[in-house]
Amino acid sequence: MDATIKKICAGDIRAASRLIRDIEDKLPDAKAKIKKLYAHTGKSFIIGITGAPGAGKSTLTDALISEFRKLNKTVGVLAVDPTSPFTGGAILGDRIRMQRHAEDPGVFVRSLATRGALGGLSQAAGNAIHVMEAMGKDIIIVETVGIGQQEIDIINHAHSVLVVLVPGMGDEIQTMKAGLMEIADVFVINKADRAGARQLQTELSSMLNLSPKAADGWKPPIVMVGNAFDPVPFAENTAELAQQIMQHHDYLQKSGKLTERMHRKAMTEIKDALSSCIMEPLMHSLITSGELKKLSEQIKNRKSDPYSVAEEITEKFFQKQVKK
Amino acid sequence: MPERKIRVMVAKPGLDGHDRGARILARCFRDAGFEVVYTGCHQTPEQIAASAIQEDVDLVGLSCLSGAHRALFPRVVELLREKGAEDIAVIGGGIIPEQDFSMLYESGIKAIFTPGASLDSIVEWIKTNIKPR
Repeated sequence: MDATIKKICAGDIRAASRLIRDIEDKLPDAKAKIKKLYAHTGKSFIIGITGAPGAGKSTLTDALISEFRKLNKTVGVLAVDPTSPFTGGAILGDRIRMQRHAEDPGVFVRSLATRGALGGLSQAAGNAIHVMEAMGKDIIIVETVGIGQQEIDIINHAHSVLVVLVPGMGDEIQTMKAGLMEIADVFVINKADRAGARQLQTELSSMLNLSPKAADGWKPPIVMVGNAFDPVPFAENTAELAQQIMQHHDYLQKSGKLTERMHRKAMTEIKDALSSCIMEPLMHSLITSGELKKLSEQIKNRKSDPYSVAEEITEKFFQKQVKK
Repeated sequence: MPERKIRVMVAKPGLDGHDRGARILARCFRDAGFEVVYTGCHQTPEQIAASAIQEDVDLVGLSCLSGAHRALFPRVVELLREKGAEDIAVIGGGIIPEQDFSMLYESGIKAIFTPGASLDSIVEWIKTNIKPR
């Protein structure tokens, strides 16, 4: 077995974090490593946590780590924060809330920057999950970047999705909207000590009563979580949250939905891999050869159109592949 | 195509809760195009070393205004060494008297920045001395 893979499978944090970085930086070697690693993945339970910026995702993640550690589960956390579109820099500040677990050898927290991805995760997230799976983490929590209404890539990577809401973000109409409100397996109303929490709960439950999802045997529970600075009730609330998540896990296994979700995940992975095997080298060669500039010039002057150009490029690309 | 991005951690060891400087630096590193992990106040050297390894950073910047730098800064370097992560560079800043510089350099701190150091000079130092691994 490859030395790096061996180390990762033995739980070595340095090797794992480095491979995640190679994946983020798109080093050519990283793909080869993922190929070798893949057979060791697929055994972890993956939980996605998503919601608006400042809704409390990191604080809840911290509380959930404690709950799962009580059950003697090892935990990996991937926490995504946004990359600047101007400088490429990023502040990765999620782990501030989780620092009490920093020295626990059963917990591995790794921050990722979005690096331009728009679906709430980073392009590297899928493979970073695989690295943590290979390390043998029982549970992997993926915390998305703060999102709005439709950045829902998390559903293609996680088995159970938590949507964190807070009171005061709009009226009942917001709960009717497509996208974010449809993807929750468990809803959290966080900061539930604030005005409007009960109303949000009522609106959410009436929305859920209309949801066809209820027909397939799982109705997303709504867990109210109060002020994190009020430690005793907060701990009770988050314990209930952890319990609801585990119940959803049971439901997924018993109903066969887990297989369905893993199938969806596999399809996403093929799509992503195809795009990295075809689109990335293609764009790279178009840019470095200067052809992209030439072609866009033609389109700009109406000498050609985007579809003809794309067809021409595709034909050339596949001919080249066949010759190879 | 492949390009290594510099990853930096900004951390405040010890009981000093004055993090304005650390936050300004984190923000300035962001604007310099680095990925910056900020871990907040009141961190033990053990937490800082463990986090630096989990995050695979190239550099740890420590800020301390309380006078405890003589104990805390070298301890972070030592812990990284113990864990086989001596390739992660450690720099420090804050209220640090000049007579402590040689002691800190000897302990393995790579650079020290005190009040009056410009943000540009710190970023410049990083760009010159830290090569992403």
